[in-house]
Amino acid sequence: MVQLLEDKDRIFLNLFGREDPGLAAAKKRGAWNATKDMIDMGPEWIVDQVKASGLRGRGGAGFPTGLKWSFMPKEVGARPHYLVVNADESEPGTCKDREIMRNDPHLLVEGCLVASFAMRAHACYIYIRGEYVDERIALEKAIKEAYEAKLIGKNNIHGWDFDCYVHHGAGAYICGEETALLESLEGKKGQPRLKPPFPANAGLYGCPTTVNNVESIAVAPTIIRRGAEWFAGFGRQGNTGTKVFSISGHVNKPCNIEETMSIPLKTLIETHAGGVRGGWENLKAVIPGGSSVPCLPADTCHDILMDFDALRDEKSGLGTAAVIVMDKSTDIIKAIARISYFYKHESCGQCTPCREGTGWMWRVLERMARGESSTDEIDKLLDVASQVEGHTICALGDAAAWPVQGLIRHFRHEIEGRINAYRAGKPVAVSAVAAE
Amino acid sequence: MSARKIALEQPESFSFSKQSEKEIKFWMNKYPESKKASAVIPMLWIAQKQEGWVSEPAMREIADRLGMPKIRVMEVATFYTMFNLEPAGEVFIQVCGTTPCWLRGSDELKKLCEDKIGPQRHVSEDGKFSWLEVECLGACANAPMVQISTRDSDHYYEDLTPERLTVVMEAFARGETPKPGSQNGRSCSEAEGGSSALTDKSLYDGSLAKKIKLPNAGPKKEKA
Repeated sequence: MVQLLEDKDRIFLNLFGREDPGLAAAKKRGAWNATKDMIDMGPEWIVDQVKASGLRGRGGAGFPTGLKWSFMPKEVGARPHYLVVNADESEPGTCKDREIMRNDPHLLVEGCLVASFAMRAHACYIYIRGEYVDERIALEKAIKEAYEAKLIGKNNIHGWDFDCYVHHGAGAYICGEETALLESLEGKKGQPRLKPPFPANAGLYGCPTTVNNVESIAVAPTIIRRGAEWFAGFGRQGNTGTKVFSISGHVNKPCNIEETMSIPLKTLIETHAGGVRGGWENLKAVIPGGSSVPCLPADTCHDILMDFDALRDEKSGLGTAAVIVMDKSTDIIKAIARISYFYKHESCGQCTPCREGTGWMWRVLERMARGESSTDEIDKLLDVASQVEGHTICALGDAAAWPVQGLIRHFRHEIEGRINAYRAGKPVAVSAVAAE
Repeated sequence: MSARKIALEQPESFSFSKQSEKEIKFWMNKYPESKKASAVIPMLWIAQKQEGWVSEPAMREIADRLGMPKIRVMEVATFYTMFNLEPAGEVFIQVCGTTPCWLRGSDELKKLCEDKIGPQRHVSEDGKFSWLEVECLGACANAPMVQISTRDSDHYYEDLTPERLTVVMEAFARGETPKPGSQNGRSCSEAEGGSSALTDKSLYDGSLAKKIKLPNAGPKKEKA
């Protein structure tokens, strides 16, 4: 029997927006409780707590958060330090930060203060995707409340001068990549920078900067309030804590839900999302961590655990923990072709393998979805995907290659079947996937 | 990548309205004095909310204000896909077509828009509607969905069917702004019919606001 997360151990108590997101109600739910005590313990202590909790970044890469914070210079030199919160949630399937920002914004604002203090930053920018207009308004409202209550700002009650600003993008997926985000925040096209230098040395405006995902920052104060070992008590070693999962696609009740890390995928879907449409046996495949990670075929889904290591061992990934479920009615070739179109659309155009490769892969997959291809071409597609992967400045190239590799790894027979049917004069009817 | 160009037909001039100036002031206060260029995206957005699209004279005006070369502003405006480089309908419908929405029927929503409005980017005769397929809008647990932009708002309409979108579109046609969010009555992205999670009443009775002692907190250290 799997131990499910109990309500008392959830961090986001207003995830569903049933309650008031405002300051008074947020305080009643425990936000801003003992924040001053955390600040009084000093930056090293806070970093140590976050390290001890085992928190790994919730934006996709899973880098240990406390360790990331410790990369910031210990002394503030001529250049100020910045915290930048990545709220550019754009990975298809992912819709968790949106709920945090509109329903539990005070946990995020409090986290911004605590994290900024731990990294000796007096200013923080929250970069929210441009489309989240209503969420931006909700967040601005919470920040205004926090200023008015002197929780943040100059001479606030916590004794650490701190300004929190919301900045917005304008519809570019690539700005979720941390250095592209910084470029965008500086008023440029969102094209990733070469690393090094890493942002902790030269980030926003050339100053020491740490970029963290919304969820990573928003959970930090609650972790400290309840204790690092409390958080570390959920999930498997190296994969600790609670996590907001986004469940979409062919389930009876799509939802966001905070659960324990390492929960079995099947339990997650059946307990919280009403099960797979048509029953578990009707499952075809799951993309377990946002569109960029390779899909898992149904037989792998029976007992797979939802954490970084378990999914990595299956050549997939936890990513943003956005679970996209596909039942047996799904044309999986078309589903992945649509993902390829997404990456073609979102490539920033800076690196040739990505700019050219994403469009090439998409066009070939479109033909394959109709069967207008050959079995040799499947190998060629795999070869091109591997030439895009790892040959670009940022990870968008990888993100575009992985779904294609996953498709061929697990559903090659289906592509071959489609090709054979087409050659036999019985093409499968497929409408144009994308607009172009 | 998305290749985007500015429209062939451009207005003579552009100036920010009084309301826009107020918003510009709010945004300019967020960035260090020497880093004004950071405000370029918010300024372009303000221009778009004012005019419905971003014209070339608007880009020039913004470049002057921010002390940026004009080409840099044009670069930004053409890079980010939320900037309309040509006039859109007063009610601009953006249908998410990426895989999570596609799995739940976004093709039907696209077809509905095509039938009711015409091809993408085409503004209906009365200037009222236009539509566009866009990439993932980040509301996947409420798929399929659209974002509808007017001068006053940019709301999400979620959990759609062609019938529900028709109702929403008819309301906009009458000049109303229907209630945003899920159109099947659920709260945000809570599982339909109510989640079994977050039902413990003691989480909301104020007991979590009581004074606590931080675990692992020894004696206080000198502040940094």
